[in-house]
Amino acid sequence: MSVGNSLYLVAPEIILGASGLLLLLIGAWGGFKSSRLVSILAVAALFAASAVAFEFLTNPSFADGGDAFFGQYRVDKFSALTKLLIYISAIVSIIIAPRFFENAGSRRTSAMRPEYPVLILFASVGMGMMVSAVDLMTLYIGLELNSLAAYVLASFLRNDERSAEAGLKYFVLGALASGILLFGMSLLYGFTGTTSFNGINQAFEGGLSTGALFGLIFVLAGMAFKISAVPFHMWTPDVYEGAPTPVTTFFATAPKVAALALTMRLAIEAFGSQVAAWQQIIIFIALASIVVGAAGAIGQTNIKRLLAYSSINNVGFILIGLAAANQAGASAMLVYLMIYVAMTLGSFVAVLDLRDADGNQVEEISSLAGLSKSRPALAAAMAIFMFSLAGIPPLFGFWGKFLVFEAAVKADLILLAALGIAASVIGAFYYLKVIKVMYFDEPADVVVKSDSKSHAIIIALCALFVSPLGYLLIPVLGNIADQAAAALFWAF
Amino acid sequence: MNELGFPILSLMLAIPTIAAIVCLFLSANSARWMALIATLANLALGIVLWLNYDIGGAQWQFTENAPIFGRFSWALGIDGIALMLIMLSVFLMPICIGASWEAIQKRVGEYMAAFLFMETLMIGVFAAQDIFLFYIFFEAGLIPMYLIIGIWGGADRIYASYKFFLYTLLGSVLMLIAMLWMTNQAGTTDIPTLMNYDFAPEAQTWLWLAFFASFAVKMPMWPVHTWLPDAHVQAPTAGSVILAGVLLKLGGYGFIRFSLPMFPEASAQFVWLIFGLSMVAVVYTSLVALVQHDMKKLIAYSSVAHMAIVTVGLFAFNKQGLEGAMIVMLSHGLVSGALFLCVGVIYDRLHTREIDRYGGLSINMPKYALLFLLFTMASIGLPGTSGFVGEFLSLLGIYKVSSWVALVCTTGIILGAGYMLYLYRRVAYGDLVHEDVKAMSDLSGREMALLAPIAAVVLWMGVYPESFLAPMRQDITTLEARIARAQPQGDAQITMGVPKKEEKGEHGSHEASEGGH
Repeated sequence: MSVGNSLYLVAPEIILGASGLLLLLIGAWGGFKSSRLVSILAVAALFAASAVAFEFLTNPSFADGGDAFFGQYRVDKFSALTKLLIYISAIVSIIIAPRFFENAGSRRTSAMRPEYPVLILFASVGMGMMVSAVDLMTLYIGLELNSLAAYVLASFLRNDERSAEAGLKYFVLGALASGILLFGMSLLYGFTGTTSFNGINQAFEGGLSTGALFGLIFVLAGMAFKISAVPFHMWTPDVYEGAPTPVTTFFATAPKVAALALTMRLAIEAFGSQVAAWQQIIIFIALASIVVGAAGAIGQTNIKRLLAYSSINNVGFILIGLAAANQAGASAMLVYLMIYVAMTLGSFVAVLDLRDADGNQVEEISSLAGLSKSRPALAAAMAIFMFSLAGIPPLFGFWGKFLVFEAAVKADLILLAALGIAASVIGAFYYLKVIKVMYFDEPADVVVKSDSKSHAIIIALCALFVSPLGYLLIPVLGNIADQAAAALFWAF
Repeated sequence: MNELGFPILSLMLAIPTIAAIVCLFLSANSARWMALIATLANLALGIVLWLNYDIGGAQWQFTENAPIFGRFSWALGIDGIALMLIMLSVFLMPICIGASWEAIQKRVGEYMAAFLFMETLMIGVFAAQDIFLFYIFFEAGLIPMYLIIGIWGGADRIYASYKFFLYTLLGSVLMLIAMLWMTNQAGTTDIPTLMNYDFAPEAQTWLWLAFFASFAVKMPMWPVHTWLPDAHVQAPTAGSVILAGVLLKLGGYGFIRFSLPMFPEASAQFVWLIFGLSMVAVVYTSLVALVQHDMKKLIAYSSVAHMAIVTVGLFAFNKQGLEGAMIVMLSHGLVSGALFLCVGVIYDRLHTREIDRYGGLSINMPKYALLFLLFTMASIGLPGTSGFVGEFLSLLGIYKVSSWVALVCTTGIILGAGYMLYLYRRVAYGDLVHEDVKAMSDLSGREMALLAPIAAVVLWMGVYPESFLAPMRQDITTLEARIARAQPQGDAQITMGVPKKEEKGEHGSHEASEGGH
């Protein structure tokens, strides 16, 4: 394949990378005042990249996808779909940011900097590479590009102690995880003699040596850190709590999609011939994440920490689809991810919308008391997100759980499905707590009305998507996810 | 389409849904009227449904099928059993709205919306013909009920709402896994097809247990009944009515629609479990009811006892038992609903449910005392009321299978008479000792309008149960035929006596003359 062709296939990354560099220059010369312009241009760049990804997803001439740069990078429906999700999350994270940073600086000055959208763009480039990676080298470069941008984003409010702490924690633990991952990759390379996923898969067909098994486990451990699955989840609540809320919104959605997609591709394309070697690990990680995510959330008083545990919990459910190790499971994971992104974006934006009379962010759950009286629409939306995250029908969150459990049942993992769904009841408890505080408790009158139209629109769109109306989208979403999942299983 | 030329079941689901959304934006009084009009419209549609139901016709009528969800479809349709339960729901709904007319003063729009959503979900459960559509309706009912108890409930409402939600959720989740397995195995999500699909008996055991976990909690059966008294006591009056009247029937409906026809072998295998739990429930919860000081709690425990009669009737595997169980469900829905309304009437006046705070109400509230007496008698199962028909048939059915179970369960009727009459004596008879009770006024026109229709139906069902049995008969016969192969052997093996060989001799001529007749 010619270089020109390859460049065409990486068009989304080129668009984002080039505009990121350009916007960096504008930011450098324009100063803080340019942050609005830079944000708008960054959103435009992300829309352009989404358009290309959408083209790859829907244009029949890309049905089989293609490899760029001699098998380093692949464009297929799987990567196109996950990129779309990533870009949408990035767009929302940029749109909601200015209002948050308005009052967050020292002496009530705006802390919004043009670097924020630029960093999100670079993180998106990294994530785009992650989901398209079919080689360990691409994988690592994409992952690190995303992580480096993310470390800076976490400590974006550098005068804020919590934010600085979050960034440092994320950096130290993230570096450790990268080290583990790199070590695993070196073992894989050493024992298989190749860095391409396909090559590793072929080498594994003949059997798995102990060294390669160690490599596989280290790689999965590194990935588990990135998707914040138990037992590598410790950083999540602290980082989610400390990071500025728009950044948390971003962390909870885009990098999670990218890391989960990467884990899927690794497990299926690179380790697909040795399912037995990783299936048990995934089963353990999934169940542990569900239980720890649910149990850990119960005692939380900060809504962002609660949502952090909720994301751990949801990752556990998504991994059940991977444990099934079949096409239905992969498709279920993708549908779950789409719903998860909508629920998470919605609930974080709803949290962003909670401000007291002085304009400070409200994060204590107890301050939400009686929200249903002071802000009925916001409370209703929040209740929809909570019931949906808990997986109670008729909300759309149920459908994601339904599909992963169906995949598990199809793969004869009935015990896993039964345990997982039983543990989901523990999770329901703390989601109910939020609803109880909003609806049953006497008003605390902390939260005041918000005038942000962009928040209202995003919340309303997400709430509509996860409402029962979302079920009408099942044929469309299912069809896309099936095609994307089929792209992963091309070797079978 | 269907017999009527328009999708009546979808319409019955759409009316309360739309009304609920509208109610959210209305003022208190308009929300009340909106809710009343919507529920009455649904009642009218329900009557149209019943009148057009072709008794003895196709098993599934008014069917609709739109595969709009890809993996499962919007499939609706009813048989006689579902028809009767839908009638019960649409009949009780306007009464619930009426009961909340004055009692609910805060957040009326949201309250009415919650009830209307509840109505949609209940009709949906009974009308769903797709197993996942059923599950969605079945589980979704938790959300409005959780809000009803939690927002408009009594002092300890938060504990009760959590308990209600988590108990029933834990019960139902395993059912979903079982459903996934079944549909994967059978390759269809269509309930009528699944009802005739023969699962391997070994698999049936597990599937049955998963469904049992869900329905036993909903029913509720002893020992997983403890959420019910809490929920009832804390819920507002109308919430209790709908909980006792319809939500408890979901468990029985589940047994009759899923457990029995889909897993006949497993049902037979677990008959001992059902009988054992039901016998304990009948005796134990009746005794517990006897010592209650809170009226709502007493009626809640009596509900558990009555539901146990339903379960033994269902698992008697014969026509009498099944018909009896259905009639007990309908009758209990009306009678316990009415009893909760009766409690609500005096609670609204005195704001206490303590039995000892009342007494002598027959003196100053004669109309109330009369209706309360009627419902008390119906709850006991006096002939002429609906309770008698159901309990008699159920016990007859169970007697054919096991005399011991019948014996124990019949004591429940006696104990039931005990606690209900004791309750009635303490509330209505005696002297008016409390000053504030003396000042209580008799039923208002609104309250009469709520209780009188229920009283009429209770008598109708007691005097001429054929109206209610006729639509269900064919479905119950079908069900009986379906489960006949697994029918457990009864303990009373009545055999025709063989006539003793008569001795030859002087009787010989008599024998000859007999033969000559």
